[in-house]
Amino acid sequence: MRKGFDAQLEQLKNEMIVMGSLIETSIAMAIKALIEQNKEQAQKTIAFDEQINQKEKDIEALCLKLILQQQPVAKDLRTVSAALKMITDMERIGDQAADISEIALLLADSPYIKKLEHISLMAEETAKMVTNAVDAYVQRNLVKARNVIDADDIVDSYFDAVKDDLIGMISKDVRNGSQAMDLLMIAKYFERIGDHAVNIAEWVEFSITGVHRQSL
Amino acid sequence: MDKMMVKNLDLYYGDFQALDDVNLAIPENQITAFIGPSGCGKSTMIKTLNRMNDLIEGCKIEGEVLLDGKSIQELDVNTLRKRVGMVFQKPNPFPMSVYDNIAYGPRTHGVRSKAKLDDIVEKSLMDAAIWDELKDRLKKSALGLSGGQQQRICIARALAIQPEVLLMDEPTSALDPISTAKIEELVSTLKKEYTIVIVTHNMQQAVRISDQTAFFLHGQIVEHGTTAQFFSIPQDKRTEDYITGRFG
Repeated sequence: MRKGFDAQLEQLKNEMIVMGSLIETSIAMAIKALIEQNKEQAQKTIAFDEQINQKEKDIEALCLKLILQQQPVAKDLRTVSAALKMITDMERIGDQAADISEIALLLADSPYIKKLEHISLMAEETAKMVTNAVDAYVQRNLVKARNVIDADDIVDSYFDAVKDDLIGMISKDVRNGSQAMDLLMIAKYFERIGDHAVNIAEWVEFSITGVHRQSL
Repeated sequence: MDKMMVKNLDLYYGDFQALDDVNLAIPENQITAFIGPSGCGKSTMIKTLNRMNDLIEGCKIEGEVLLDGKSIQELDVNTLRKRVGMVFQKPNPFPMSVYDNIAYGPRTHGVRSKAKLDDIVEKSLMDAAIWDELKDRLKKSALGLSGGQQQRICIARALAIQPEVLLMDEPTSALDPISTAKIEELVSTLKKEYTIVIVTHNMQQAVRISDQTAFFLHGQIVEHGTTAQFFSIPQDKRTEDYITGRFG
């Protein structure tokens, strides 16, 4: 029964996986550009955002088509409506990876005042959060979704560590201030990416349970 | 508050059990929708609420149906049907004028005054959202009207005897989308004054207009709850399969 509908839902899940992997790639590209002080890579990352924006539009169109043609209810409606909400946060993550690359361009010409240890860890952790959130959506895995929500604390603690380091660098030498501000911005972008990943996971949770925790 | 209550109801047509231990509360001034596949017992259930099954030979009923806490078996059947009116799937106006269709019930119940009947006809047609369309054609035959208008005449006819509960058995299944929309809007308005029970095959209609939904399957109620909850987070796998169209 409803083979066509099930095929469309399957297509939606596949598209979500594709968008998730685009985001993972954009985060990886952004951190590579930053760490390697590679301007070309930074430019590529900024341009890459267009692919994510396009994917958001494609998925949005697919969801609207599904609602129009199939009038989904219950689990099906939650699957479609959660996707519509998730892609907004996913698209914002793409923007932030591009924003990070914009700053990477500015930072490419002078040596770093410190090793970007925690920022790298933030990139790694947030990319993992996004991937796991999308996996949780596709697999309808509540535990995985909730693990993503919990992982935000790790990202937040890295952010605090970065902030403390940078304050230390400025105290040591005020000439570090300018670069420290830029690095703090970058850390903040990663921290925001973590928040978006949490939003995504909360919608995954909703798609499984029918209850959004923010509505409780 | 519950206007009607169904308690441990079993219904048999001869050897066939059409309803099996049905328990259901029908809240006052709300719209309760019955959904389910053909032959699941939903029409049998709605007919039981005003004893329309009494006429069917071999029909045996166990358990009870209460109206305001009192068993409907203890009520005179005419009184019951005055209090619990019904509108059917196919519009069935009487072969007489619009006016006489509406006045038929009140006349049967002894209203003779022309002025009173005029008032009832006007109010009923207004309540059924068809007064403006027909106020100049009250003496014309109701059979000459469109399907949607005929169905609203039938609703007006049911309202004319001022029932407390209105039963509607697939009232829009024979109508076009515009007439359907008018009836749906009308039903949503009527719940302020009446308690409404509606059988529908159109699940989107149940979502649009009802407050409560009960899902029938093989003569049993599988699940019953608020419509919002029912169509968002159904508790039973069979309900989920049915409403998402993956039944069977």
